[in-house]
Amino acid sequence: MSALSNNNWDRRTVLRAALGLTAAGTLAACGSNTGRGGGSGNGLVQYFHAYGEAGTEQAIKRYAKAYKKANVTTQWITGSNFESKLFAALLTDQAPDLFEFHPQYQLIESGQVADLTDIVAPVKDDFNQADIASHTVDGKIYGVRMIDDPQFFFYRKSMLEKAGVQPPTTLEELVEAAAKLTTSKVKGVFLGNDLHAVIQPMIYAAGADTLNDKNEIAYHTDGVVEGLKQMRKLFTSGDLLLDAPADFWDPSALNQGLCAIQWCGMWAMPQFQQALGDDLGIMPFPKVGDAGKPAVYNGGWSMFVNAKSKNVDAAKEYVKWLWIDQKEYQEDWALSYGFHIPPRTSIAQSAEKLKSGLPAEGVKLFNEFGHFDRIGWTQAMITATEDVFANSVRKDGDPEAALDACDKKVNAELKKLFG
Amino acid sequence: MSTTTTRDLARPAKAKAPKAGPRRRLRGSRTFNFWLFTGPFLAGLLVFVYIPIGWSIYLSFFEARFTVTPSEFVGFAHYREMLQNDDFMGSLVTFTLFAAIIVPTTWALSLGLALLVNRLRFMRAFFRSVFFLPTACSYVAASLIWKMSIFNGVRFGLANTVLGWFGVENIAWLANPDPPWYWLVIVTARLWLQSGFYMILFLAALQNIPKELYEAAAIDGAKQGWQTFRHITLPQLRATSTAVILLLLVAAYQAFDEFFNLLARTTWGRPPLVELYYIALGQEQDYGRGSAGAVILTLLICVVTLFQGKIMGFGRGEESK
Repeated sequence: MSALSNNNWDRRTVLRAALGLTAAGTLAACGSNTGRGGGSGNGLVQYFHAYGEAGTEQAIKRYAKAYKKANVTTQWITGSNFESKLFAALLTDQAPDLFEFHPQYQLIESGQVADLTDIVAPVKDDFNQADIASHTVDGKIYGVRMIDDPQFFFYRKSMLEKAGVQPPTTLEELVEAAAKLTTSKVKGVFLGNDLHAVIQPMIYAAGADTLNDKNEIAYHTDGVVEGLKQMRKLFTSGDLLLDAPADFWDPSALNQGLCAIQWCGMWAMPQFQQALGDDLGIMPFPKVGDAGKPAVYNGGWSMFVNAKSKNVDAAKEYVKWLWIDQKEYQEDWALSYGFHIPPRTSIAQSAEKLKSGLPAEGVKLFNEFGHFDRIGWTQAMITATEDVFANSVRKDGDPEAALDACDKKVNAELKKLFG
Repeated sequence: MSTTTTRDLARPAKAKAPKAGPRRRLRGSRTFNFWLFTGPFLAGLLVFVYIPIGWSIYLSFFEARFTVTPSEFVGFAHYREMLQNDDFMGSLVTFTLFAAIIVPTTWALSLGLALLVNRLRFMRAFFRSVFFLPTACSYVAASLIWKMSIFNGVRFGLANTVLGWFGVENIAWLANPDPPWYWLVIVTARLWLQSGFYMILFLAALQNIPKELYEAAAIDGAKQGWQTFRHITLPQLRATSTAVILLLLVAAYQAFDEFFNLLARTTWGRPPLVELYYIALGQEQDYGRGSAGAVILTLLICVVTLFQGKIMGFGRGEESK
């Protein structure tokens, strides 16, 4: 028998096959961009997440090219996990010299971002004071805000009229409206594929906050529990658009008629208007429970300088040149592609595009209902609240238990950061 | 995790073979020849595989957040923590479930394809290539296709369109974990990607089975089809099957891309490597705990492989005869 059996798989053959697979993997990994274009000694590297609007990448590169004192290379990071790519890169020798991100205290505590007080202070009064506050720790300013991005609901007026629905003012009404708006072809509401974008708005709309001024947990309230229960109801109702080809930040769900109401940001307003014309309304996240009030999340992006870079001074100089001095570019960046609210008061006041119609309404929502990030609310805490939504909205877990688990993680992080 | 980053670096080292001496010496010294041919490879293995593994073990005993050169020794604390960590232990359950589905299905599908292709009289090379081609596709690209066009949740997704013909409501394949449709997405993607490769292995083995065996069986009255397959083909494929199952298990342990790309911001469906990625390279940058988890995982793979070898007699091969 043994002479006939095809015993052609001994240890060596398997090892060879395994090595072959590994080699194939290695070859596939070749040719990746290392991020050090040109390799010149005093070049600067900057990281940007991939903006969705056409022309943004070219614009950032055009500004960089106009800078004469250093060769600035842009890494345009695609994919949905910009933060993990950024954090991983910051640990290595390939770290960017400057990068865009949100103000988060752990970057300051670990000495990762440089103090930019000396370049911001002279023009401090020309900034939106909420933006200065969210970038300040112990009197030092750590980042330069480029754009403010309010996030709110966009809806098709015609679809609401046809279904006999008024723009909802409470979360309960939103759930009811979703049911009435859903047809065989259109879903009532789109909140993004994993719902993470509405976590903070829902917390604010329930009358709570992420943290309080003493950097203690402020999100664990009865209102938030109530909100989570209603979100679970909405999630399982079949009236929520799920697994859409594009996520919440992209206008296509509403534009393609997949839903009647979509959570999105001011940045996409020009694309919405182009596709839908006047058939478009906006509203804040409706209030949750009796103690709640409508909420808008004022996100945005800021430039930071990597304090561990070899070119800190050159990077600071570039940030000052572009994001403090070059007002023309700042205005171009805020208004020529998507709509963003310029954090510089002088630019915001002269921005004609934001003065009438729907954009003006957006600015009103931003000023009236907007909540800015808290610098003490860090990525690890954001991830913890995402787990709350995963476990008690997308899964049928108990909201109280999910919030308790979240408290543990957030408290551990707070203790690490603030002692 | 360290191995993935070092693999790209491994490339230049292989090319750096020491200069060959004169022909005479080549023929003369067996020891020299041995080192000439294995040296560069061993050096690469040492620098890019064994040192990182050693470093990882070293890191697992230290408090190493945001650094790979730590100073605070913590002993076995990380191991204790990881073994009590529900997420990490849960990921081992996820993996077991995944392996229990994907290993038998891939084995059966690739064997089935091999049998079909083997019976073809013409166009065999064409079908062999067609079934093998998906192997060349990257897991990331396949995940995106599966997520955005085949299994998206809207009415014009391929799967939902087909179900719509039978009046079935649109299904959110990935967002909603109840029922866990995401397993269907993940398993079908991997089946499509890897079956072709194992089909080739089975095909080679099938062509190695001596025709005389079938002829003898036919003379003895064995029926074509199931009886022949059960008593001749399957036993003859035993060695290949064992190897394929081992390779499939190893591949399942390495599963990362499709889980990472298809299941964003979930607390479910995370195999060990994804969980360790989030611990070591996510927002936490916690190399100490990540390394401890990696070492536990490595030990587990060793135990499972040895156990499997014991049961299926793998590797005894020639020596035992």
